Amino acid sequence: MEFLIKNGFVYDPINGVIGEKMDVAIKNGKIVEKVNEHTAKEVDASGMVVMPGGVDIHTHIAGSEVNTGRLLRPEDHFRDFERKTSIIRSGVGRSIPSTFTTGYRYARMGYTTIMNPSMPPLEAKHTHEELNDTPMVDKATYPLLGDWWFVLEYLKDGKIEECAKYVAWMITATKGYAIKIVNPGGSEAWGSGRNMSSIDDEVPYFGITPREIIRGLYKVNKILNLPHTIHVHTNNLGKPGNYLTALDTMKCVEDLASENRPAIHITHCQFCAFKGSDWRSMVSGADEIAKYVNNHSHVTLDMGQVIFTDTTTMTADGPFQYTLYELSRNKWVNHDVETETSSGIVPFRYRRKSYANAIQWSIGLELALLVKDPWKIFMTTDHPNGGPFTSYPRIIAWFMSRKAREATIKKINRRARSRSLLPSIDRELDFYELAIMTRAGQAKALALRNKGHLGIGADADVAIYNINPKTTDPSRNYKTVRKAFRNAAYTIKSGKIVAKNGEILEHVEGATMWLNVQVSEPIKITEDIKRRFREYWTVEYENYPVTENYLEVSHPITVKADV
Amino acid sequence: MITLYPLKQFRFPVTAECISPDIFQDKKCEEVEALKIWEGNKKKRLGELFKVEETKTDQHQAETTLAISGDLSEVRRIGAYMTGGSITIKGDVGTHLGEEMKGGKITVHGNVASWAGSMMKGGTIEIRGNTSDYLAAPYRGSNQGMRGGEIIVHGDVGNETGAYMKKGLIKIYGNVGQFAGSRMHNGTIYVQKNCEGRVGACMRNGKIIIGGFLESVLPTFTIDSIRKRVKIGGDDAVEGPFYRFLGDLAENGIGKLFVFKDKNPQLHHYEEFL
Repeated sequence: MEFLIKNGFVYDPINGVIGEKMDVAIKNGKIVEKVNEHTAKEVDASGMVVMPGGVDIHTHIAGSEVNTGRLLRPEDHFRDFERKTSIIRSGVGRSIPSTFTTGYRYARMGYTTIMNPSMPPLEAKHTHEELNDTPMVDKATYPLLGDWWFVLEYLKDGKIEECAKYVAWMITATKGYAIKIVNPGGSEAWGSGRNMSSIDDEVPYFGITPREIIRGLYKVNKILNLPHTIHVHTNNLGKPGNYLTALDTMKCVEDLASENRPAIHITHCQFCAFKGSDWRSMVSGADEIAKYVNNHSHVTLDMGQVIFTDTTTMTADGPFQYTLYELSRNKWVNHDVETETSSGIVPFRYRRKSYANAIQWSIGLELALLVKDPWKIFMTTDHPNGGPFTSYPRIIAWFMSRKAREATIKKINRRARSRSLLPSIDRELDFYELAIMTRAGQAKALALRNKGHLGIGADADVAIYNINPKTTDPSRNYKTVRKAFRNAAYTIKSGKIVAKNGEILEHVEGATMWLNVQVSEPIKITEDIKRRFREYWTVEYENYPVTENYLEVSHPITVKADV
Repeated sequence: MITLYPLKQFRFPVTAECISPDIFQDKKCEEVEALKIWEGNKKKRLGELFKVEETKTDQHQAETTLAISGDLSEVRRIGAYMTGGSITIKGDVGTHLGEEMKGGKITVHGNVASWAGSMMKGGTIEIRGNTSDYLAAPYRGSNQGMRGGEIIVHGDVGNETGAYMKKGLIKIYGNVGQFAGSRMHNGTIYVQKNCEGRVGACMRNGKIIIGGFLESVLPTFTIDSIRKRVKIGGDDAVEGPFYRFLGDLAENGIGKLFVFKDKNPQLHHYEEFL
């Protein structure tokens, strides 16, 4: 099938295209130089914005954690449901939609690639089953490796290469894409009722500090030549005063980082940019973090923006979830995943009139606007922790319009309003910067070669939004912006029009990307390892790895490691 | 006034959100008949299931009044989300009567199934017969219970009455099942007759008054005093004496549980802790 997207204003930051009126040609699921104009199907994009398909670097959409969240919250489902049609499957859920609905809703917003950021390796099969059932988007998932006993043991002994081999085995065995570190050491310490209060605390029993874990895994990441950097959820998340921990975490790999290459991704940075000593005196630490990020090239961030709504928080950070439970006194789940990590789920409502929540809302936007280089910060809500991904259009409106921000600031807690930095920020993003923060930057940070741009040979994932950048002033007409980004005029996935004006036209399966990490001498599965499996895990070694035939559409990416 | 008569004995559940004074307001008979209604998995017109009659009254009524007579035990969600007007039902009614209603009045001369007045915010529901479980309780998983209004039941009630209740008044002149007022935050529940037990489990605050027999009080409640009379909303009060318990201590609650002293000699041993 050939397509020709005509007369759109194209924003393709990776190829340096800034709102030029040009045509995009698609053939066999790829972007091509040109197609036969007579036979190709024409998509009229005149007066519209054409961007690469959206990429979401951090969104919890699949896995046992998400599924437990669904079970925990029937009340999240009954008001928001989608009926079955001849094309789409039915589904429910607002903050944690069912798998199919997740795919459809992303497709409606013009997103085509999403990353599920926290997969306990033990739950890899479950996660991949759900990812198989998430249509319309390409996806990948990051295994949680920061608290895995094998990693802790090898790093403690300083055996980086040995550790790298195990990590390589684990990523391939669980069909993962990057190294995810959640509250390094803290999730493990939570097993004995403790937590890490700084990156130099010692993990009980293992005698290793979060600093050593982060540095160790950074080295492992480098040895293995993984496409993405280490993906870090910092210690002390969600505690006032934790911006110092976030800065320490960024600084701790500063000396190792090579020039101009990102070395660490701090995820949902909003949750670790709190200044102050308690909830009452909490203020924004976004300024300090943005200053550091502006002066250093080894860090990328994503926002983790808070939306004032009822949502379901879920992370692998057990102690943080316990803190949240204590704040909300809502129903909760807390879980220890054997040798690997912990996890927790708490339904939470972010309130405009709550001082702390209003400050949190402000911090997310401050970060996005104060970090000067859009290639360093990406738009997320840490779905569903800050709010459901369906609120992205609102965030886009806040980005592009000071007026939109002011409209919300008027409604928030008065004390928070007077302490927020937002009123002093005039910056308004344009479509080019927006394209970076929502697709190009994320694709670059993930080193997805064929995603996030419209160059020749790229995957034909395109989003077309019905907004004219020449005639509409997003700064004033922010409601138009919101509307345009809520439902893409066209979403094209692998060369097929899958959604048009919010209606799903075709159900397509997305591929699951995973890394086939090749090391010169793979670890041998000895009797000793099998014994450890038997002793430490509830699952035998034989049942542990996810085989390739488990994935519906498998898209392996081969990586050659230096070890 | 508009009167509805079911045309047949319903075999399948009928989901009738449209039977509400707000929707019937200023509508003629034909328009009412054209309203959409679900019978099982089939979408139908209201006129296919009900006979609609309009009774002309001389003076113009400010409020829409609506009457239904017949067996409605398969008809759900009557009066859901209503904000005003009144519904009078002669016959039995199905689940979710007056769900999330904000105002107006529903009177039922018959029995009502579960979830009556679920999550209601205002208005009045009066049930002349019995009703079943989850009276005024929120949807499963939700903690947004009853937040206002009044429910009066003249008969018996099932389990989990007023779960997660936050405001308002529930008066029951019959018996209640287990877990009345579980996890309630505020508001008042008055039960004239007996109660099966586990009253006020996990309650944080609010008031539950049991006028009949209650075999035992949960161990997480502590005796506070004996009261001669207890107020129930407005000027209403009931004469005691009542044991006053506080709890549920498992939740650091300060809810008040009043149990009628004369009918509960098995609770006399609590008096030594006073």
